[in-house]
This record gives sequence, C-alpha cells and structure tokens, in this order.
Amino acid sequence: MNAPVKGFSPTRPSRREMLVISAATAGGALLVGCSPANLLSIGADDHFGPFGPFLRIEPDGAVTVVSKHIEFGQGNHAGLAAMVAEELDADWDKVKVVQAPANTKVYANLGMGFQGTGGSSAIANSWPQLRNVGAATRAMFVTAAADRWKVPAGEITVKNSVVSHSSGKSATFGELVADAAKVAPPKDPTLKDPKTFTLIGTDRVRRKDAAAKSRGQARFTQDVHMPNMLVAMVAHSPRFGGKVKSFDASAAKKVPGVVDVFQIPTGVAVVANNTWAAHQGRDTLKVEWNDDKAETRSTDAILASYHALASGQAQPSGEMKWQTFDSHGAGAPPQGGKVVEAGFDFPYLAHAAMEPMNCVAEIGGGKNKLTFGSQIPSMDQLNTGMIVGALPGSVQIETLFAGGSYGRRANFKSDYVSECVHVAKHVGGGRPVKLVWTREDDMTGGYYRPMVHHAVKVTLDADGFPAAWCHRIVTQSIMKGSPIGGGKLDESAVEGVMGSPYLKATPVVDGQVILPDSPVTVLWWRSVGATHSAFVMEHMVDQLARAAGKDPVEYRKALYAKAGDSRRLAVLNLALDKAGPAPADGWTRGVAVHECFNTVVAQIAEVKLVDGAPKVGRVVTAVDCGIAVSPDQIAAQMEGGTCFGLSAAMFGRITLKDGVVEQKNFDGYRVLRMTEAPTVETYILPSRAKPSGVGEPGTPVIGPAVANALLAITGKPTRSLPFVTSA
Amino acid sequence: MAKTLDINGKSYSVEAAPDTPLLWVLRDELGLTGAKYGCGVGQCGACTVHLNGVAVRSCQTPIAALDGVKVTTIEGLEGLHPLQAAWVEADVPQCGYCQSGQIMSAAALLARTPKPTDADITDAMNGNICRCGCYQRIRAAIKAAAAKAPASATAAA
Ligand code: FES
Ligand code: FES
Repeated sequence: MNAPVKGFSPTRPSRREMLVISAATAGGALLVGCSPANLLSIGADDHFGPFGPFLRIEPDGAVTVVSKHIEFGQGNHAGLAAMVAEELDADWDKVKVVQAPANTKVYANLGMGFQGTGGSSAIANSWPQLRNVGAATRAMFVTAAADRWKVPAGEITVKNSVVSHSSGKSATFGELVADAAKVAPPKDPTLKDPKTFTLIGTDRVRRKDAAAKSRGQARFTQDVHMPNMLVAMVAHSPRFGGKVKSFDASAAKKVPGVVDVFQIPTGVAVVANNTWAAHQGRDTLKVEWNDDKAETRSTDAILASYHALASGQAQPSGEMKWQTFDSHGAGAPPQGGKVVEAGFDFPYLAHAAMEPMNCVAEIGGGKNKLTFGSQIPSMDQLNTGMIVGALPGSVQIETLFAGGSYGRRANFKSDYVSECVHVAKHVGGGRPVKLVWTREDDMTGGYYRPMVHHAVKVTLDADGFPAAWCHRIVTQSIMKGSPIGGGKLDESAVEGVMGSPYLKATPVVDGQVILPDSPVTVLWWRSVGATHSAFVMEHMVDQLARAAGKDPVEYRKALYAKAGDSRRLAVLNLALDKAGPAPADGWTRGVAVHECFNTVVAQIAEVKLVDGAPKVGRVVTAVDCGIAVSPDQIAAQMEGGTCFGLSAAMFGRITLKDGVVEQKNFDGYRVLRMTEAPTVETYILPSRAKPSGVGEPGTPVIGPAVANALLAITGKPTRSLPFVTSA
Repeated sequence: MAKTLDINGKSYSVEAAPDTPLLWVLRDELGLTGAKYGCGVGQCGACTVHLNGVAVRSCQTPIAALDGVKVTTIEGLEGLHPLQAAWVEADVPQCGYCQSGQIMSAAALLARTPKPTDADITDAMNGNICRCGCYQRIRAAIKAAAAKAPASATAAA
C-alpha cells in the first residue's frame, strides 16, 4: 500500500495527489509513473475536484462515479460505482456513473499500466482502487461532521448519503460537502470487512444505463452530430494487404452531398455532408488495387497449410518455428496403451458488434480530439499523436457508449481510429469528421479471431488416464507486432491448453505451437485463446473418457484430483447439483468446464438434434469469480457470453475465396437469433476471494458442452466448427 | 426535393432524394437517433420503426413510400411504455445498441397480440439480432409487460 510513487513530489503531496496516490498504489500495483504512463501523460489535464479523479459530490448531494472503463455491455459501470458507493455509504439510487476522459496517468488500468478495458479486468483491477476512493471520501465526511458538531469521529455513522451522530444530529452529503472538501484525505482509509457489505453482492447493484438504453437515448458514436460535421466512408482493398493503385472519383464527386474524395493510407476516402451521400459516393468510386503483397489464398488453402505443418508434411519456413509451451516428463508412453488422436479446425471469426466501427475526429486548428467508444484510450492517443505530430497526452478523447466490442475496439494499431484521424487531418481546421463503417466494411475489415488448427494425440495408461499427451497448435499470432507482444511465446495462442489441469495430470507432455504469418489481420475475440483451447480440451477429455469406458464427469473429477484443481471441482459440483436429475426425454446433456481470466465456469447443456442441427435448451451455469460484486450482471454476462459462444459454435465462420472475404453481412455471417437462444441459469459459487472478471469466461464453455452432448447422441466427435455449415 | 413526413405525430419537411432510406433521414436530418444502423440490408432489426403501427425496417424504406403514412420511432413511444418499464425492471440491455429496434418490434407485437405465446414472441422478434445475447431477458420482459396489460388493451404504439 505504501510503495513510493514515481512522478509525484516526495515532499507533502497535495490533497488531490494523495487521492491519486492512494488509488494508484492500492493493492500493491504501482503503475502510475511507469514509462508508458509518463509518455502518454505529458500534456494531459490533471485538475480534479476535492475527492480526486474518480468521484464528484455536488452541493445537492448528487454522487457521480467516474469510470475509467468503457461500458459496451459488460455492466461494469454498475459494479464500479457500487464499489465506491459501498465504502462511501452513499444512497445507491442517487449514484450516477460517467465515463472518464482519456488520461493515462490517473485512469490507467492497474493490470495493464495504461488506460484500457479488456481481459475481463475492469472490476478486478479497480477493486482496491475504487473501494479506497469511497472509504477515503467517507472518512473526509466523517471528519467534517465531527469538526462541525465537536464530537468524536468514532461516534459518527454514515448511511444512504446521510452522516449521523448518536446525539441525533445529522447532515446529508450535500450539506457537508463544502467542509468535507477541505479535509485532507486519509492515506490508508479503513476498508469494510466484506462480511458487512450492504450493497455489493446484492441484487440492488443494477445497471444505471438501462432506462436510457431502453428509450433510445444512450449516446453512441453513430449518434454524434456536430455543427459542420462531415461523414466519411473509405473504400478498402477487397484483399488484406492490397494497396490503392489508382482511382477514378469523377462519378463519386457528382453525388449530391459529396464534398471531397482523396487517398489515405488505408484506401480512398469519400467525405460528404451526410451518411447516405457518403455511402452512395463510396459505392460509385472506381478503385484499382495492387495485390502484390496481398493475401490471395483461400481459407481452405491456408488451413491445408496448417495441417501440413502440424503433421510434419511441411517444414516451417522463414521466421516461423515451432515453440514449446509445455514439456514435462520423459520416456516412451506405455506399450499397448490406447491411443486417441484428434484434429480440430476453427475458422476466422468476425466480432460483428452491433455498432459497426466508427469514430469522430476533430484535427487541426489547435484541436486534436476524438469522440467515440474508445476501448484503449492510451493507444488511441498514441496512434493519433503519431499521425498528427502531437504529444499523445494532449489528444483529447471523449469516450461514449459502444454498441458492443467483444475485443474489436481494443486494437494496438487503432485501425479505424487512425483511419478517421487521417481523414480528419486531411480535412483539417478542426472540422469534425465522423468515419462510418458499413456492416460490410466491418465484416470484411479483418482483425478476426485467427483460424486455428489443433492436432492432439493422447496415449492412455492401464487405468484409462492420459499417460502421454502430444499437442500441436497452428495459428496466427495476435500479439506479434503489438507493443506488449515482446514475450517469446504468444500465450494468447496457447492459453487454456498451457496450464490445463489435464496436462498437469499427465506424466509426459509435449506441447508445441507454430505461428505462420498472413496479411489477414487478427485480434483477440471475447475470451481470446479460450475460444478454441476450451473446445479442444473439453471435447478431447470426453473422447478420452469414452475411450477409457468411463463417465466423462467422473473422469474429469479424477483428473482434477490428480492435478490438485479444487476450484474446477467445486464449480463442476455446483453445476451438477443445480442441474438435478436427468432431463426430460429427447434432451441429452453435455458438460464442459474452463478457467480463463481467473474465473472458472462449468456448464451443463441440454441438447437435442433437430433436422441435423443442435438445438440447445437449458444451460446450467456455475461460476466462481471471487466475491460477486453484482450478481445480476454476472448472470447477464453468463447469458450473453453463452449466446456469443454458441453463435460462433453454431454458425460463425469467415472464409476467403482467393483472398476475398465471402461473408459481407448478417445474411452470409449467420449469428444467433431468438429461435436458437438457450435458457441460461446462473449459479455463483460463494467466495471470499477478490473479484475476477465475467465478461469473457462465459463465452468459451458452451461450444464444447454442446459438442459433448452431440458426441453422446451420435457417437461422433466434432472435428471442426461451426456445427452448422449450410447457409 | 422537399418531402413532408408524419413522424411521432409531428409534420416534418425534409430535403432528400425520394430513394433515401427513412433511417438516414431520421438519423442525419431530423436528429432522431433512437433507430440504429446495424446492417442496412434488413437483416438485423436495429433500425425498426412503426409505419401505421406495423414494425418495419427503416433502412429498407425509401421516403418516397411514406405518403400518408404515420411513422413512429422509439422517441415517439408515449410516456414510459410498459415494455420500457419491463426492460428496466429486468435489466435487459447490455450494450444497448439493438434495444430501440427490439422494443419497437415488441411494441408492435403487443399492440397486435396483447397476450403473446412463446411462439408469437419468437416469430415477432427473430428479425432482431442482439449480439450481446439478451434474448432470454427480452423474452422475459415482453412476457412481464404482457402480464401487466389487460387482455383487451392495445399497447401504445
Ligand atoms: S439496419 Fe435495418 S435491418 Fe439492419
Ligand atoms: S444489447 Fe448489445 S446488441 Fe443487443
């Protein structure tokens, strides 16, 4: 708690700095002052009110929590505000949440070192930080009241934004705020014992944005209108890595409303007075592309090359090489042991957030400002700064709600943001430009979940448990070229296989990965490596259990015991308990369990085959995510994550034909609709551990749970996703 | 070319080509941004509005087709529609981007069928994609709103 903070004066820090310090060092994380923060912070605004950058209390008693994390569905704003409100003893019904501007120094994600949302980390990294903010502010109010009433602070209580003394004196936050603002914040405020929480962990922690979002009033980037604003659309190369050779703008320029057409690094931009004109202008543009460096293969050919690498038929070329992610034990597998071999193929997946990518930029005339749903403001500042030649910290970002992201808006190249900045820079004068991607732009625009091939060979011992496990993974690297991708091994490609209890329970393991390049851009996609590793490990274990003649649930339990994994065992047991007796006729259960982002999820899916396709009914979900800050939001994330994972497992597939994406819109890229939506029941394992995230861990488990049910129904394992390949 | 549109009970005069989709007139010209752009091809339902009480995709509706037609957008639902109350009660929205369209589809359903069956709900809502996967709560909220309405009531549209 008391580690020194670089970048702050060692002598008496100001009140404001104290709050920043106590917030930044809480929990031992010390990232304010580290180098990226310094670089990104120069030029940043640092004027905050008396309660620091995370909290404002107005004279009318209104309590506003400032969220450093974007809200695009995860429900984190509710949980973050509840942490402050709990320790502050604020009246929850009157607490509001607003989005923080970009400011790396004060709003860094303490798990990342820069401002950003991802890795299901919002609640986890803010847990000590925001509780400290609430507790410190509460102490300031108590001191102010004690001074005013001349009574000992220890006799004062706070409840629902009212400060009271046993003598009967009381005052609201609003009545005390002017005095409280003058009190020096305590350095080490006392936090509540979680046993005494009255808000956290209750169903009162509900979304603050539900009314606005149900009235069409929530403000998204798509909704931004500014005086004199232009709307831009960009013609992109149909092939990844293609460049503009030449273009003919004559027809486009004749479209009423089109203002200008010009080339930018990613293609040809059409700027117009409104969206429809930009759209029509872009459609009439004629562009010739240079495909010299473009991906021109089809996905079938790329996948075949993955298979050839995994099987040893092809040798790695260029920089590519096999890397070991797990190697333990030695010696030959037992003679005569049963061998189970399986290959698994996963397609490219688009995030297909409901709001296609977009951004508003005002560049020039003394302005460098972005207004949009920024998921990693620090990187968006950095990339903008590099394009316009400004200090990153001086780039202002107003973050709005985003209509989903699932990882898409967290991009170290700030792809669509940079594109918007290039257009706005060309327009100049600080004139606002809204870059709008159509659904087609978004769907064909890359940054997909990479295509992946796993080849697994397991030899069983005399008892039917794995004696030797050989695992090969072929996929593109997500982290390559990113500023935080400096490590030798791209763990995002192997996480979930690496660290699996099944590998821990296996005496001899040989796990290797190879990461071939392609101009096709790839990115994290809700739950990242787990999107495929959970499927492979959980579906594989059912196949092993079958080969061993054992019940898959008992088989898992035995492996968890061997691996010493009591958490998975407890979550699985909770799911089994809640699932109850076998389902009605016609439904078959499949089980899967996975841990990612420090959260364990077990699901029992009830499945039947209808016209050859799986139909998923009831899905019993058990989750261990530490202390449950907002049980209803956890349930919502399990429901939504399950739909997202099931959508991909059932239908998700981006394919290339000669390098060109074949799916352009929701007619080609089918997604889950209400007909296919399961009924998810969520049960939370009681815990005293600090909270872990829930935005992603609900996604990867349903696919293998359904595959395991199908295995039980048909006797056939699933070798590739999606389950449904007809349109 | 000037065109007169009847939207949420008000008359608007807009300058736009007759083939301009209603969605872009609402959003860019009239500042009614509740209806969202999600696909532009009638696949997602994010742009749903009512034309004479019927749920229609505004991205597929050229303004030329709107002579004498009453347009209702989410901004035109009166007061807090029972569905909106149910939406808040059940914490339905996640990112929220699809929700205007979901509510407009559901409102048209309840106006027509005050006590819908599960199959009625699936039928009416299957054209509305929610990438956040709020389907279960959408269904529950429609049922909750329907349960509160008398069987003969016509929901405000
Ligand atoms: S935007 Fe109209 S249906 Fe998708
Ligand atoms: S709430 Fe996000 S798409 Fe429906």
